[in-house]
Amino acid sequence: MTEPKLRADGSRATPLLSRHEALGARMIDFGGWWMPVQYTSILEEHRAVRQRAGIFDLSHMGELFVEGPEAGAALAGALVTDPPSLAVGRAHYSMICAPDGGVIDDLIVYRLAKDRFLVVANASNAPVVSDALAERLDGLRAVLDDRSLATALVAVQGPASRGILGPLTDVDLGALHYYAIAEGSVAGIPALVARTGYTGEDGFEIFVDGPAAGELWDILVAAGAPAGLLPVGLGARDTLRLEAGMPLYGNELDRATTPFEAGLGRVVKLAKPEGFVGRDALARAAEAGPRRLLVGLVVRGRGIGRHGYPVWSGDRRTGVITSGTQSPTLGVPIAMAYVAPGDATVGTMLDVEIREGRAAAEVVPLPFYSRAR
Amino acid sequence: MIPSDLHYTKEHEWVRVEGDVATVGITQHAADQLGDIVFVELPEPGKRLEQFATFGVVESVKAVSDLFAPVAGEVLEGNPGLATTPEVVNSDPYGAGWMLRVRLSDPAQVGQLLDAAAYEALTAEG
Repeated sequence: MTEPKLRADGSRATPLLSRHEALGARMIDFGGWWMPVQYTSILEEHRAVRQRAGIFDLSHMGELFVEGPEAGAALAGALVTDPPSLAVGRAHYSMICAPDGGVIDDLIVYRLAKDRFLVVANASNAPVVSDALAERLDGLRAVLDDRSLATALVAVQGPASRGILGPLTDVDLGALHYYAIAEGSVAGIPALVARTGYTGEDGFEIFVDGPAAGELWDILVAAGAPAGLLPVGLGARDTLRLEAGMPLYGNELDRATTPFEAGLGRVVKLAKPEGFVGRDALARAAEAGPRRLLVGLVVRGRGIGRHGYPVWSGDRRTGVITSGTQSPTLGVPIAMAYVAPGDATVGTMLDVEIREGRAAAEVVPLPFYSRAR
Repeated sequence: MIPSDLHYTKEHEWVRVEGDVATVGITQHAADQLGDIVFVELPEPGKRLEQFATFGVVESVKAVSDLFAPVAGEVLEGNPGLATTPEVVNSDPYGAGWMLRVRLSDPAQVGQLLDAAAYEALTAEG
């Protein structure tokens, strides 16, 4: 196994660092990893994914394999969802919560085989999730194999992604449903190919061993060039997910937030017979009702609402923006914010505090953007 | 690259002085560092600016950045085009991407700014 290089500043380099540098990417430390934030222009990269295709290095994400006769049951007790209910080859969105119901991380859980699961965690949380899972699996016939450092993840997202990936893989993409995963190869490289993503577009996430990532990247970039595929950094990844109304851990989700406040109550399976860590606290939270709710806002006045800006209803401070930007697709300033439940109804007019002034903002349905199907 | 007829602040604004009127903008270096500019907030005509005080805000997709006045004076006008096409600050920062016209209150203040060579040296340091 090849461990990622530790840089002088303590951040880790993905196996694709030399590609990012050759492309002239602007790099930042993100979750302890030295990652590309943009190659050319966030707007250009964003539009490439919406209209054609983009390729992302997501090797910073955590890959936690859980295997054993009690793997499903162990995960059911560790997470808010019910992984044993997944068919083999399917995936779902999940969360791991603390005993007090706060969100430790949001996750994708893939069922690779009857007794084998892949849990994908956010980069900055992967060590914490790994430790929590190891503790929660203790005593059960299930083994955690944290392959976060050994695994590379490359995503191809956008309407042209199927046409780019299809000829390169032995996985039948036509039969690979949204939120499904299959084992196969891409350009001869052994891979797990999943139809998942964080952009609101059709697309694929390809897990390979770290040393194979460079070759995979080069082949995909070359194959995608005629279709207009561009490398896409974390900057556009953030604007894409925000338009798609998807939460970002650290912004919309954290230890002080319950899934119900984030509008993710449907994910929490309170009725699982064996219970799970955080169940009692979450049951109480569900019973009491949320103290605040996550909403979408479109700023109608002048200005862009950003993370941390207060939100007002008249002279009452109702909440705060968690993420905000100028929407590249819609051309208007969009934001997600936590507000008092009474202010969360679609159509409600609120004010966003922007520097010394206020700008009118309307509560709108999430997501801001859905692709045409 | 860096126009030789302008004066510059360490905060990456430029100023062009013609008589007692100064035109103000941000440099190509600043625009490149910010990335895609999507919003510019400028003061109203008549507003009095202090040298080196903030006069507005420029926002890219990811970042919010203050604008600093290279010279003191009274705002004559803001660039009306930036309300609808702020991206010209990226594509033409010394031309169509200008931000303010200001009536100078003390033309001698220009002497406190960097010339092109000094500004180029500043940006070369990173």
